[in-house]
Amino acid sequence: MFAYYLDLALRSLKRNKALTALMVLAIALGIGASMTTLTVLHVLSGDPLPGKSAQLYYPQIDPQDLKGMMPGKEPPEQLTLVDGLNLLHAARADRQALMAGGSAPIDPGKADMDPFYVETRYTTTGFFPMFDAPFLFGHAWTAADDEAKARDVVIARSLNDKLFGGADSVGRTLRMAGVDWRIVGVLDQWRPNPHFYDLTTGSYAYAEQVFLPLQTMVELRLDRNGSSDCWGNGGGGVGNILPNDDCVWLQFWVQLDTPAKAAAYRDFLVHYSQEQKALGRFQRAPNVRLRNVMQWLDYKMVVPDDVRLQAGLAFGFLLVCLVNTVGLMLAKFMRRAAELGVRRALGASRRALFAQLLIESGVVGLVGGLGGLLLAMLGLWLVRQRPSDYAALAQLDTSMLFTTFALAVCATLLAGLLPAWRACQIAPALQLKSN
Amino acid sequence: MLKMTHLSKVYRTEVVETYALRDFNIDVKEGEFVAVTGPSGSGKTTFLTIAGLLETFSGGEYHLDGIEVSNLNDNARSKIRNEKIGFIFQAFNLIPDLNVFDNIEVPLRYRGMKAAERKQRIMDSLERVGLASRAKHYPAELSGGQQQRVAIARALAGSPRLLLADEPTGNLDTQMARGVMELLEDIHREGATIVMVTHDPELAARAQRNVHIIDGQVVELSEDPRFHTVHAAAGDAHA
Repeated sequence: MFAYYLDLALRSLKRNKALTALMVLAIALGIGASMTTLTVLHVLSGDPLPGKSAQLYYPQIDPQDLKGMMPGKEPPEQLTLVDGLNLLHAARADRQALMAGGSAPIDPGKADMDPFYVETRYTTTGFFPMFDAPFLFGHAWTAADDEAKARDVVIARSLNDKLFGGADSVGRTLRMAGVDWRIVGVLDQWRPNPHFYDLTTGSYAYAEQVFLPLQTMVELRLDRNGSSDCWGNGGGGVGNILPNDDCVWLQFWVQLDTPAKAAAYRDFLVHYSQEQKALGRFQRAPNVRLRNVMQWLDYKMVVPDDVRLQAGLAFGFLLVCLVNTVGLMLAKFMRRAAELGVRRALGASRRALFAQLLIESGVVGLVGGLGGLLLAMLGLWLVRQRPSDYAALAQLDTSMLFTTFALAVCATLLAGLLPAWRACQIAPALQLKSN
Repeated sequence: MLKMTHLSKVYRTEVVETYALRDFNIDVKEGEFVAVTGPSGSGKTTFLTIAGLLETFSGGEYHLDGIEVSNLNDNARSKIRNEKIGFIFQAFNLIPDLNVFDNIEVPLRYRGMKAAERKQRIMDSLERVGLASRAKHYPAELSGGQQQRVAIARALAGSPRLLLADEPTGNLDTQMARGVMELLEDIHREGATIVMVTHDPELAARAQRNVHIIDGQVVELSEDPRFHTVHAAAGDAHA
């Protein structure tokens, strides 16, 4: 019967072209607006490392002096170099990485290419396996290279394409910031969204193009990007911060594979803080936090408020469109009371008519969904023209494509429920007499 | 085939109860051709819609082909309508955006019949009413008489045990009405049970039996006050 009902639906929709067009337009506008904003929200609030983000934690401790201390206040969001290296060397997690962002000039050594700046990430070897960074060629540097302050780099595929035409550049030399670096690895395409591991350089920043050992960066005093917070006499060395300055400027991530390990690590942070206080480095009582990736993104309110507001407004608009569609469908179905009465007289049960009318609603939903999809694509194109760091991410992926149709069909079926039910409730005798 | 005993139909509002049928009794045997007559508002159409299970009743009993129908749910009533009853309406009630073939197919679709059998039955019933060449025409392309023949073909296609006709010639001119009536008589001769509601005494006279309804009850024709008036007037004239 489904094919029969589908055929009847198409005939009915063709018969009242203007009414059908109005319903489809209402659905398409509502779906287009809501899917545009929902897609942006989905992209911005997505999990940057699905399947792993629950095991990755961002430890916070409070090394500040007593000035400005308030009970319950959040500890600083970054670490000092001393604390970062202490926690790194303690190696209490399954994996750990200390890092900071920066930028450096590259001399391509080619007559036809001018020097250019690239975004850099100064980190430790645990970064790559912990964040599942995919290697196209080579591998990461080693922990020994970290300690030896090796001149090793891992470069991004885009930089490899630019400098080496996509060839395997492992073992070749990269001239950067006036220093020769040995390329040990080339990363494949990789852009976790949001840029969760360092939100100080932009929530939706592109992944860096060069990765090199943090301690090498400290030794060479390479330029640093991102925020920092100093107290006491801190703030005069690397990027105006010296290694022993009382400044927080490093991000530290750990991988803890079980909740028990996470609890133990939290205890370790407390003990570490107590120990540092006993040593006279810390002045405040232990104040620690340990959030996983999604908790960290929530805490940092990565998704802009205006995006949430737009999504709310768009769904409100969809609701208005649906209410209109309910009205239009009610008018359409009630106009067909005579036909429905004839069908009842000829043996159609209420359930059969209800199914027939709902399928007709579903067809409107599908066509409306198609229109909504086109409008959503147009809307996302407009979003991509905006000067925001997430603009380029506004793309409709497969899951959102299916969501668009599912939302359109479900919304229209919902809108068709009341009219179909009402139309089926009229006594067939009355429908026939009214003909 | 159709037996109603002490049947009543009451329309209730907050302030008034209106009896459309009251202590209504009728027994139509299998193979009978019964004409139901009566003045406007007497309850003829209400009787027909209850007989066709299109409307429920308030009290009494109704047996259709041996089945007591008062407690049946919508699905069961729909199934009986589909399999046992054929309707012929005054206004033809063809679905305008379906062609003749598709209109006749409607009840067969609800019966879940296979496509080949549907086609065979549709063509047979169209042959029966003499419209085989109009299968692809739409109702608007047919005359009133042809539309009513299509409606009869639709009623016949499902081989119903009972044909219910509500003023089947009411919207037709004399010549077309005669053709439709002859068709109904042919169908009856072939064994169908027909109950026909009509205003037209000439048509009623062609049925095997007449049932007269006044104020929602079956009465003897002589009990209709209009006939008293007619007889009295005739008596005055003779005097």
